[in-house]
Amino acid sequence: MSGQTWADGAAIEPIEASASLVRANGGAGRVLLRAEHVVKHFPIRGGLLGVTTIGAVRAVDDVSFEVRRGETLGLVGESGCGKTTLGKVILRLIPATSGQVYVDDRPLFDLNATQLKEARRDLQVVFQDPYASLNPRMTVGEIVGEGPLVHGLTDKAKREELVRELLAKVGLNQSHIHRYPHEFSGGQRQRIGIARALALNPEFIVCDEPVSALDVSIQSQVLNLLDDLQQELGLTYLFIAHNLAVVEHISDRVGVMYLGKLVELADVDPLYAAPKHPYTVALLSAVPEPDPRRRKKRLVLKGDVPSPAAPPEGCRFNTRCWLREQLGNPERCETEEPVFRDVGAGHLVACHFSEEVTPQAIASAAERQLPVIGA
Amino acid sequence: MASGTVAVVRVAPRASRGLWGDAWRRLLRNRPALLGFVFIGVFVGTAVFAPLLAPHDPGALYPPPPDASSGATGPYPPRPEHLMGQDLQGRDEFTRVVYGARISLLVGLGSVIFGVIIGGFVGAIAGAAGGRADNVLMRVVDVLLAIPGILLAIGIVAWLDRGLPQITIAVAVTNAPIFARLLRGGLLAIRESDYVLAARSVGVPTRRLLLRHMLPNSLTPIIVAATLALATAIIDVAGLGFLGLGPPDPRTPEWGTMLTDSTKFLRAAPYLIFFPGLAIVISAVGFNLLGDGLRESLDPRLKK
Repeated sequence: MSGQTWADGAAIEPIEASASLVRANGGAGRVLLRAEHVVKHFPIRGGLLGVTTIGAVRAVDDVSFEVRRGETLGLVGESGCGKTTLGKVILRLIPATSGQVYVDDRPLFDLNATQLKEARRDLQVVFQDPYASLNPRMTVGEIVGEGPLVHGLTDKAKREELVRELLAKVGLNQSHIHRYPHEFSGGQRQRIGIARALALNPEFIVCDEPVSALDVSIQSQVLNLLDDLQQELGLTYLFIAHNLAVVEHISDRVGVMYLGKLVELADVDPLYAAPKHPYTVALLSAVPEPDPRRRKKRLVLKGDVPSPAAPPEGCRFNTRCWLREQLGNPERCETEEPVFRDVGAGHLVACHFSEEVTPQAIASAAERQLPVIGA
Repeated sequence: MASGTVAVVRVAPRASRGLWGDAWRRLLRNRPALLGFVFIGVFVGTAVFAPLLAPHDPGALYPPPPDASSGATGPYPPRPEHLMGQDLQGRDEFTRVVYGARISLLVGLGSVIFGVIIGGFVGAIAGAAGGRADNVLMRVVDVLLAIPGILLAIGIVAWLDRGLPQITIAVAVTNAPIFARLLRGGLLAIRESDYVLAARSVGVPTRRLLLRHMLPNSLTPIIVAATLALATAIIDVAGLGFLGLGPPDPRTPEWGTMLTDSTKFLRAAPYLIFFPGLAIVISAVGFNLLGDGLRESLDPRLKK
């Protein structure tokens, strides 16, 4: 928690190399944010007046994980699996149904308004859609400078100087400070969003699919920018995406979500090399192979993702699981919810039979799936 | 140009325009909206400069034309001293039409402003608070919207008694539910938008969130609706007058009341119907054209 204040009028350089170095070295590896049993259910209302709750979309259902200082934790999963909701809930942008998030051991969900405002300085977000995430009626200067303004940097000249610095930092023309969002391209807008997130000198940024709305040519620029900023400022990222290649490139550790649950969490290399959850296996087999001469066996999942309003009993993946089919449909998958357990070296998996996920099993499952395109 | 020279083109730094500026420029390119401006200009100009434009006193009785047979009563047809003729009592019709613009503008504008304030207040509470408050308020709005506007206005005037302030309130109440619903819908849509969440994440307090982020971005439908409501308000006021619920003082030059007083002479004196009717049409059409133009220029989806 940075204890700086602007309220007394003392100009404190918000972005200080020395401070971030201390962060990057001194604090590396320690837990910055810990989510415990986070649940977010969206009630489905019905009845005559629309006030009776007749069900719930279980967008995030009992998710626990840690984010270590200075790392990038990737979060992948199909559309609708709850990763964006999880990102918003752990920042308390939308209220959680239950659970707790500890930031530096302070319970975020229990803070009062004043404490929360202070805590928000360290927790920022970059959204997916650069067109929806900037207020169309405010200039770039107002958007980026708003955080410092509401946190007490009332001096207009100092604020403008800070905004100009931030614009330069994210690679934007400083003279564009008085322009409006609609005058920029998607990539530039995303840079504005990043500048806004940096304005309070945060420690932790949730990047919610920050490049998936951008042209491919722009994606790598923005990714490199995020990477550079992390090096320079000692930032910690939760990087949400559905592009597995992007996540592999940028992450230190990766979590995989399915239907509101975290099903696997491990360091990036072991996870991509030897996934332990049948869902992760299928997900990774769907990554396109750039070399057309190399034929790859794909595991195509059957059916659609079940509705998060009525998820399957037991393991949520059991309706589509190739491993379960291979093992002769053990009853346990339908009756008992798998524990998110450590299968060695901090590799966490939520599957009763993750030991059965072997290269041979994967190959034979792929064999049986005929015809497979490109196989 | 000689080779080796470099042409230095000075590009004037383009002034950055906000969404309002853009909308304004689009509006000025919209021909029907410009015509609307002209009509509104005539209407508002007449209302403001009524004492300068009107040759006579709106309440005073003037003698019949010299060639009228003795013992004849009004109405009298137009002649140079009385351009739009004289009504039953011999009052100057032109003066009354001119002063009528004041009444219409005052009551129309007053009722719309009042309606936007009530409706906006209700809509802001419903949209910002949500939940139970939203539910209760919106059911009240539903009930009000289910009653035909003019019927509701008649009821309110009948209850509050006749008079210009009462008419203003009645028309305001009939308009308010529309504004309430529009603002509530806008706020609800914006409440969970990314830029509001982003503002929340930098610690923007609720008040500022509402005033700086949510309200400015939900105002455009209100502006359009208010302009269009001005047209209906003018018609509603005239309608109440026509139905005999106009201002109680018969000397008040109110267009609707003037119409209803003249219906008996529709054949003998069509000019007494034509001119107040034309005045109502010009003012109502003016606001309608402007409202449609505003809708087009403010809607970013129609942006070229």
